[in-house]
Amino acid sequence: MEILLAIMIGTLYAAGIYMILRRSLVKLIIGIILLGNGANLLIFLLGRIAKGAPPIIPEDSKVFLEAYSDPLPQALILTAIVISFGLQSFAIVLVKRAHKVVKTDDLDEMNATDEYS
Amino acid sequence: MIEQLVIYPLVIQMLLAIVLMFFWSRIKWQRVISIIGSVVNLGMAVWLFVLVWQNGTQSIQSGNWEAPFGITFVADTFAATLVLLTAIAGLAVSSFSAGSVISARLKFGFFPIYHFLLLGLNGAFLTGDIFNLYVWFEIIIITSFVLLTIGGEKAQLEGAVKYFTLNILASIIFLTAIAVLYGLTGSLNMADLASKVAAVENRTLVQVNALLFLVGFGIKSALFPLYFWLPASYHTPPSAVSAIFGGLLTKVGVYALIRVFTLIFEVDPFLENVLLAVAVLTLFSGAVGAIVQNNIRKIFSYLVICHIGYMIAGLGMMTEVAITGAIFYLIHDIMVKTNLFMVSGVIYKIKANHNIKKLGDLYAEYPKLSLLFAVPLFSLVGVPPLSGFWPKLSLISEGWNTENFTVIAAILFASFITLVVIVKLWGEVFWKTGEKLPEVRNFPYFNKLSRVKRTQMLAPIIFLTLVTLYLGFGAGNIQNLAERIAFELMDNQEYINTVLRK
Repeated sequence: MEILLAIMIGTLYAAGIYMILRRSLVKLIIGIILLGNGANLLIFLLGRIAKGAPPIIPEDSKVFLEAYSDPLPQALILTAIVISFGLQSFAIVLVKRAHKVVKTDDLDEMNATDEYS
Repeated sequence: MIEQLVIYPLVIQMLLAIVLMFFWSRIKWQRVISIIGSVVNLGMAVWLFVLVWQNGTQSIQSGNWEAPFGITFVADTFAATLVLLTAIAGLAVSSFSAGSVISARLKFGFFPIYHFLLLGLNGAFLTGDIFNLYVWFEIIIITSFVLLTIGGEKAQLEGAVKYFTLNILASIIFLTAIAVLYGLTGSLNMADLASKVAAVENRTLVQVNALLFLVGFGIKSALFPLYFWLPASYHTPPSAVSAIFGGLLTKVGVYALIRVFTLIFEVDPFLENVLLAVAVLTLFSGAVGAIVQNNIRKIFSYLVICHIGYMIAGLGMMTEVAITGAIFYLIHDIMVKTNLFMVSGVIYKIKANHNIKKLGDLYAEYPKLSLLFAVPLFSLVGVPPLSGFWPKLSLISEGWNTENFTVIAAILFASFITLVVIVKLWGEVFWKTGEKLPEVRNFPYFNKLSRVKRTQMLAPIIFLTLVTLYLGFGAGNIQNLAERIAFELMDNQEYINTVLRK
């Protein structure tokens, strides 16, 4: 399972970076989304996956008796997902507006603010 | 009870933002509430600072969960000082926005978003939890996106695309770094991490992790190879927005770098060399960038980049004196850069132009204003009694002691180029007989504005200029403060003990 997830995270990061390096604005956003998902899965993987071991203390005990899966990474991922959701929706609206105003989705042509004036 | 004071700066900003949302389209009320609220916030920040100055580091555990488990908010002298500076700059920019930002922009919720940005800044300074730091960074960037694009002009949108892409990339790298750190240590509390990271056996992974943090924060603080988003976007929004961005946003990145590399990671010789090389190149490229530009705000944007180099050089040398210099420079830089972007806003309101080749005559037309503007300009250069001079003294003497002669050369070079740029700016904008600029129709010219608006724009500049003068002439006090901060950063036991309640 870890190997599979590790490969998947690597693929997501690689695909995300590749997409960010493209010149189209839409691909840029897809790249950011992929990278974000890769980061979320990475937190999940690094929190150590344990199957069928919920972090619940048995009724007749006061401490954990066995190894349990860490609930914290899931809380972190949830936070990160919500944040990236907000950012991505903003990004999509921004790109739509930018496309409407600048009339191109090629990043190479968006150089008015970098030009020497 | 008294420890709750630590989160009051956050509570006030959040309350302000929420209250302002109820006055969505009544911008007259928004202006008043924002300024009064900022004054209250300044009072709170001063109170917190005095408390920390007298009683040492304060901390509060949210939800009363004990230290490594809950989210901690910590106010040591460093954090309290930065909260105080944020409050001062926040009050100034709040008043300046009330005077200068046109009401069409204010109607889209400028002030609520602005206070959410200040909330994010205060949160980033006060938090003691690395994941919480990430969340505050996200609040800062999403509010800054909105402030950057509010108004929706072509240049703004183009600048925002670049700003957005690199900042979101920085966040993802930061998140990756946190994931690796959590995998290595199983903790997120920064005080707890300090001991746990030192105990990790796989040093290579720790070093890679430190580099990930360096890249993530490096993009945010506009370090050498990663700064291209800054000059592409900082000159596009209204001057009030540029002022708060130029003054505080990159400095949060510097704050995070200083915090992470003094508390969590040990700076080994390799990292030291990386930091020093980056600092030298940042100083060099920022200075060279500033000298060729003609747009006032682009000149200041490059100077923002250039002067980040001083702080990173101080961090890279990693001795107490060098950190003292870096902290002093940070304090000076926040005040002066905020002020300079506001100055550029007033110049724009007077002349309706940003190009220094076309501007001129300002000294003949507004002699008093010109003298006022001269103070921040020349304290940026570091003319001796003014504030920019003192931190450079510590940095250069420490560079000499640690035999980093390249760093000294870069610091002197950057100071010299800053002098050239400012003198050029002074000659072009204030002394030169400018050409007659065509009247722009429907432009809110400075001398046509009401007396209230003009006061709202000039009062914050006078206020920050007085603060800058104090930083220069009261340099002894600031030096004491910076020395105490540097001592606390280098010897982090007090921070750790306060958080973990030992």
